[in-house]
Amino acid sequence: MVGGVSPGKGGTEHLGLPVFNTVREAVEKTGAQATVIYVPAPFCKDAIIEAADAGLELIVCITEGIPTIDMLYAKEYVDRKGVRMIGPNCPGVITPGESKIGIMPGHIHKPGKVGIVSRSGTLTYEAVKQTTDFGYGQSTCVGIGGDPIPGSSFIDILQLLQDDPQTEAIVMIGEIGGTAEEEAAAFIKANVTKPVVSYIAGVTAPPGKRMGHAGAIISGGKGTADEKFAALNDAGVKTVRSLAEIGKALKEVTGW
Amino acid sequence: MNLHEYQGKQLFAEYGLPVSQGIACDTPDEAVAAAEKIGGNSWVVKAQVHAGGRGKAGGVKLVKNTDDIRAFAEQWLGKQLVTFQTDEHGQPVSRILVESLTDIDQELYLGAVVDRGTRRIVFMASTEGGVEIETVAEETPEKILRAEIDPLVGAQPYQGRDLAFQLGLEGKQIGQFAKIFMGLAKLFEDYDLALLEINPLVITPEGDLHCLDAKIGVDGNALYRQKKLQEMRDPSQEDAREAEAAAWELNYVALEGNIGCMVNGAGLAMGTMDIIKLNGGRPANFLDVGGGATKERVSEAFKIILSDDAVQAVLVNIFGGIVRCDMIAEGIIGAVKEVGVKVPVVVRLEGNNAELGSKVLAESGLNIIAASSLADAAEQVVKAAGGK
Repeated sequence: MVGGVSPGKGGTEHLGLPVFNTVREAVEKTGAQATVIYVPAPFCKDAIIEAADAGLELIVCITEGIPTIDMLYAKEYVDRKGVRMIGPNCPGVITPGESKIGIMPGHIHKPGKVGIVSRSGTLTYEAVKQTTDFGYGQSTCVGIGGDPIPGSSFIDILQLLQDDPQTEAIVMIGEIGGTAEEEAAAFIKANVTKPVVSYIAGVTAPPGKRMGHAGAIISGGKGTADEKFAALNDAGVKTVRSLAEIGKALKEVTGW
Repeated sequence: MNLHEYQGKQLFAEYGLPVSQGIACDTPDEAVAAAEKIGGNSWVVKAQVHAGGRGKAGGVKLVKNTDDIRAFAEQWLGKQLVTFQTDEHGQPVSRILVESLTDIDQELYLGAVVDRGTRRIVFMASTEGGVEIETVAEETPEKILRAEIDPLVGAQPYQGRDLAFQLGLEGKQIGQFAKIFMGLAKLFEDYDLALLEINPLVITPEGDLHCLDAKIGVDGNALYRQKKLQEMRDPSQEDAREAEAAAWELNYVALEGNIGCMVNGAGLAMGTMDIIKLNGGRPANFLDVGGGATKERVSEAFKIILSDDAVQAVLVNIFGGIVRCDMIAEGIIGAVKEVGVKVPVVVRLEGNNAELGSKVLAESGLNIIAASSLADAAEQVVKAAGGK
């Protein structure tokens, strides 16, 4: 962490670090390569595009409640700039023992060999706790967020975990709504050689109701947990119906 | 949030789209006066509820005299309309729309959604209008034409013309369709919509395009900047407990079971419901207190859960990230003291300040069952609610 940006508070200090008026100035003065965005939802489109224009390579956006149309613009813009975005509506990214960009409780993590990717913050914590309790630890955990238009998809992160030498097995946590898990299943079948354990939340969710996350809705009969479980099973992924059994399933598929 | 048909048509008219002359009415007298004002000798009267399938349920009628209009208004105003899209209680009818009659030669479909796969606003058009578009998509997907809108360039008239030619339209209809397409694309972005449907979009015997229905869903995240749409909100169409929860920024969805759930995080809230079911229990609700939970909100959440008479036990499952477990514990204690809780409460706290939270609960003297893990919590609460 090298500084912060808050328009109008440039020149002050917070937590002993310099505060800047603009992201461009912060990048010039500190050499920062990544940013984490906590600004309120109405201002996030502006903040994301400002970060991309300032030359940052990684944008992590924690904020929940960004208008979907704002994200259509912001996602398209960062893609054309070649900038990686994680979130919004997510806990962020952590490589235990090395770096944390987000709001997850650090003390439940332990450096190790399981990569975790999830649409839900608190479900990520459950998976982290189980992998810590089993003694496996985590290589890197990425919350891709619960919005319908995420900056990074399961596939983007699965590719990174597949290529990461520290990661020996992968936990993927999905939920109802959209088809990101089905697309991930097809990707895993073709490209992922590491063992994958997966849990999908929302078997009991009624159709047509938004379950907290903007993206968690079964609409027109599509996006059910059962469809996602079926696609993942078909791709050779070890799925668990109880989220309390992620650790046990990892033990089974890895032989650890 | 959804809009009524008459509200959707007001927006259509604002964007220059062809809609029937219509008046939304609260009383039988108003309905009769509306028909006289519109003129002619045939009208369509339509019950205004947030659900499809109104025609088959008797909520839409062609009438030829004002006595029939009065009879229709008296039949439906203040009543519940049950369609295949509502639950068994139906939706309350507090307004009916009186419209001039439009003759129909052909029915088309035109709609738009935010498509998650392509990350675009996608328009869909079909010659198969007047039926459920999901059915068309399932049985004859080749009959659904698509046009994707590039967010950085916006909709272009050629895309509308392209759809029109593919639909088999001709002559003046091409220009009319392109104008409707461009109007809808602008409307979609200006008002932060999530879904928009004209089903049917009809061709009249004169060969003109006409919007006979309007279905509009709004992106809830954008309501803060849509003052006009905020005023169009009709709370009578929403579940009372869900509306009360929303006022406290809580996400609540009522279900049929007997185990109340209070959880932080949408994913964990769903996961908690799922694990209750796996243990043979039935969740009574989905409730996410959110990352910004305060003591007061936790307290309100508890009251909302307990306002459901079916609830026989409550499971509190918190994995604190930014939420502090001790603050949650204080909220629970506050609620229990204020409203009195007669059902068993099982609490599982993990993460941020979990130990302190458990200590606060243990020292409160309240009858709360502490669970050691998520699996334990699910087992305990199903047992407490009377088993399977």
